[in-house]
Amino acid sequence: MTAPPLQAFRTGDTPLPDIVILTHKLTRAYDMGGEVVRALQGVSLQIKKNEYVAVMGPSGSGKSTLMNLIGCLDTPTSGEYWLNAQKVSDLDDDALARIRNKEIGFVFQTFNLLPRATALHNVELPLIYAGHGARERRAQAVHALERVGLADRMQHRPNELSGGQRQRVAIARALVNEPSILLADEPTGNLDSTTSGEIMQVFAALHGQGQTIVMVTHEHDIAAHAARVVTLRDGLIATDQRQAA
Amino acid sequence: MPVFEAFRLALQTIRAQKLKSGFSLLGVFIGVASLIAAWSIVNGVNRYMTEKFAQTLYGVNTFQLRRRPMFAANVPDSVWRAWRRRPRIKFSDAEAVTAALTMPVVTAWQSDDNGSVFYGGKEARDIQLVAASERYFEIKNLRIAIGRPFTAQENRSGVPVAVLGDAVAKRLFVDRTPLERSVRIGGIGYRVIGVVEKQGSVLGFPLDRFVVVPAFAPAQSLVNPPGVVDALLVKARSEVEMREAMEVAEGVMRSRRHLRPNQDNNFVLDTSEGVQRFWAGISRILVVVLPGVVIVSLVIGGIVIMNIMLMSVAERTREIGLRKSLGARRRDVLRQFLAESAALATVGAAFGIVAGIGLTLLINAVSPLPASVSPASVVLGVIMGAGVGVIAGVYPASRAARLDPIAALRQE
Repeated sequence: MTAPPLQAFRTGDTPLPDIVILTHKLTRAYDMGGEVVRALQGVSLQIKKNEYVAVMGPSGSGKSTLMNLIGCLDTPTSGEYWLNAQKVSDLDDDALARIRNKEIGFVFQTFNLLPRATALHNVELPLIYAGHGARERRAQAVHALERVGLADRMQHRPNELSGGQRQRVAIARALVNEPSILLADEPTGNLDSTTSGEIMQVFAALHGQGQTIVMVTHEHDIAAHAARVVTLRDGLIATDQRQAA
Repeated sequence: MPVFEAFRLALQTIRAQKLKSGFSLLGVFIGVASLIAAWSIVNGVNRYMTEKFAQTLYGVNTFQLRRRPMFAANVPDSVWRAWRRRPRIKFSDAEAVTAALTMPVVTAWQSDDNGSVFYGGKEARDIQLVAASERYFEIKNLRIAIGRPFTAQENRSGVPVAVLGDAVAKRLFVDRTPLERSVRIGGIGYRVIGVVEKQGSVLGFPLDRFVVVPAFAPAQSLVNPPGVVDALLVKARSEVEMREAMEVAEGVMRSRRHLRPNQDNNFVLDTSEGVQRFWAGISRILVVVLPGVVIVSLVIGGIVIMNIMLMSVAERTREIGLRKSLGARRRDVLRQFLAESAALATVGAAFGIVAGIGLTLLINAVSPLPASVSPASVVLGVIMGAGVGVIAGVYPASRAARLDPIAALRQE
């Protein structure tokens, strides 16, 4: 079943209020030593609140580039990107940092935890940059760790945790600021299938609590957990399908 | 990120990498330690000069009428030549000045030169031979350890008696008593009547290598032409009275020398201010040279810290990317690394201060230099240490702050 167009968006429009992510003719070109590589060639995509979307595609399809743009780590060459009814495609560096801090929770393939810090401190990191006080940070971080079922591992360092536990710490860190979207880049890429299943259960539970999730993966059985699968090919959306959960 | 958080994080990182941090601290450590030690020496010597040395050489509230100043730094040749052309102070000058001083003062004549003193087959070389009048001991605050000083009578009649400095007595007589023995100065025998208490040394110069004989004793001919004295020493009861006495002495000397009002004095009334000016001249040189050493080590320390920080930025590229993805702005990253390098340097400076104070105590204990720690140097040490850290951290930190988060996160 192909997803119906949510809104016929034209340049100059403002997205509807329940649209969390809206990209309009998004392109991104890189200058690789004089040769221009068009990683995205005009991606228009709308994601509603509480959607669970998997982005798939072979390597070189542009899914990482799209991920970076949605995550506000990069700015498009042309086109528009609206996040929560705010046009972010032409914000400056510091404003983007603020958006990343408040609106986006990243989950990486390699966890990216600070090795010398405890789970609790790792989860507190985004709150430090948000400027929260120490007591508030601690309370929120504890709550986030409880949500992923790691209440008893808060004082452990990453090397004292299993892969699945590390990824759950990373998810807690992504959730701690209550972001608009949870952006996961191959979240199970470094995990065995049992652990992958656990992480997918965590995602499903978060989705059930109302969390909007965008997940990049190349594994079909992982993508199968999402309610909607967007496939990219050569910098364009090839398919956009809803599926039964 | 608040500054406090940045410093907490910085100290954590330093603690986690003790060895590497230790090496990077070294430059600042040495710089600050040498700053404090050098400053302490200058400071200590300064105090010593003003408080003790000047008074040892001149005595309290004492001035000297001389042909030229006893101590002078950076004197041009032309001035020296002019000083040498000046008439000498004659016995008659000294007598006239003494007679004109109505306020209660103590006066003494003094002439001196270096020479040898013999006893039996032994020779004490390079001894200050002082031909002085009897109150010289009082003005110079030289207490007699054994025996007695010579009297006014002995001085007037030029009796060949001698009072020895402690070092001379030890050199010539070792453990035996020198009293009533005859030492030879310039081929003439002098009966030893006293030995002065040990004076110690200033800045490593021994103060006990002297012999005092009466001003009219035959040795006068060894140190000065007939009828000439090096200095008339005048000790007043207070500084005010000393100034008054100096005015009187100046008037007497000017009229004796027939100086017109527009002519400068061709003599000096030297006080301990003179020696303090002389020392100020030397300490200015120290103050110019010593900071050179300090600056060189701080610059090296800064370069080392900059390198360590650049390494640290390279090693932690991924961490920087992660922090940026979690919402760290450029200024947050900048602040984090600046805090780290400032903290590194400040810790180095703190160790440097401890070492500098230790060094000062050591110098005090084993060398004649009277070093004393100046609080200002400690404050300056901390400021310079932290300053070096911040300056050295600017380039690495700004490189970290400018990192592209995507590239940084991709790095292995």
